[in-house]
Amino acid sequence: MTETIILFLLALMILGSLIALESKDILSSVIAMGAVGFMLSAIFLILRAPDIAMVQVVIEILTLIILIRATISRDVHTVTDTRDFLPLALNMVLLFVFFIIAAEAIRNMPDFGTGLSKVAGHYLNRGLNDTGSANIVTSVILDYRAYDTLGEATVLFAALIGAITILRRKAKND
Amino acid sequence: MTENNSVSGGMSELVKTVCVAVEEFIFVFGCYLVIYGHLSPGGGFAGGVILAAVFILIMLAFGKERILKIMPRKRAAFIESLGALLFLAVAWAELYISGIFFRNFIPSSAAGHFKLMSGGTILIYNIAIALKVMAGLFLVFFVLSITRVILEGDKLKMVKKQ
Repeated sequence: MTETIILFLLALMILGSLIALESKDILSSVIAMGAVGFMLSAIFLILRAPDIAMVQVVIEILTLIILIRATISRDVHTVTDTRDFLPLALNMVLLFVFFIIAAEAIRNMPDFGTGLSKVAGHYLNRGLNDTGSANIVTSVILDYRAYDTLGEATVLFAALIGAITILRRKAKND
Repeated sequence: MTENNSVSGGMSELVKTVCVAVEEFIFVFGCYLVIYGHLSPGGGFAGGVILAAVFILIMLAFGKERILKIMPRKRAAFIESLGALLFLAVAWAELYISGIFFRNFIPSSAAGHFKLMSGGTILIYNIAIALKVMAGLFLVFFVLSITRVILEGDKLKMVKKQ
């Protein structure tokens, strides 16, 4: 039953992506991408990952706001050019190769919901006693894997400094 | 989009009233997600994004001047740096106290499970990340929305929005 719902949502996500690709209006494309993100968060919720579903929802809302604000006040023009034949054919060939490799990889994957790795089992069994955090996700990202979180914080910091620097200098020169 | 809806001008009276009614609740929910992030779903990142969304909501509804009174750009940059430094400072303190970088020095069984302090330093990490993400995402939205790209000749140019 779970797998059926997930497959249905995945089909809807592909549909939303196609609408976003083929839509002539850029605002409709942004909204279609937002719908895709909300379906992804619904999938996370069905897979019993409430933490990641919550992050997905709030980030999706924020990205939608930023994208709509960015697109709505600019001179939006529609693109009507058709693609050249050669890049399109190359794309199709590469997609076909990728599909064959991915199909082979997916066939060798363990069954849905099984195949718990060794370290994941350790976290699940010992996480509460080791760290005292009832939320296993938090115990992993802030205790077992705190270095990763430090790296993520550094990436966010560097990205912010870059954005502020680039946008400020151009605006000041004007 | 009329000129009335631009960032500097703010939105209609209806939007402002609804914003005043809901902003405190969203803020409190964000704080709840941060503080109880180690006991229930949530955490520093999700809570921080919701806290940033409160400031973005105020900015969209009331305009740029109102948000600059609450959270000037300097203060946002200060909070962002404070979060990053708090995160590192706790990690260094753990190095000095327990000898290992990122080792939780507050014994987890001291307060018992499912209590607010049962995670030890995880709570402080969550708060640091929330401060960082809140100020950082607000700053990103701010600098992105006060500049706009215009096409001048054949090259793009960024100017400040009036």
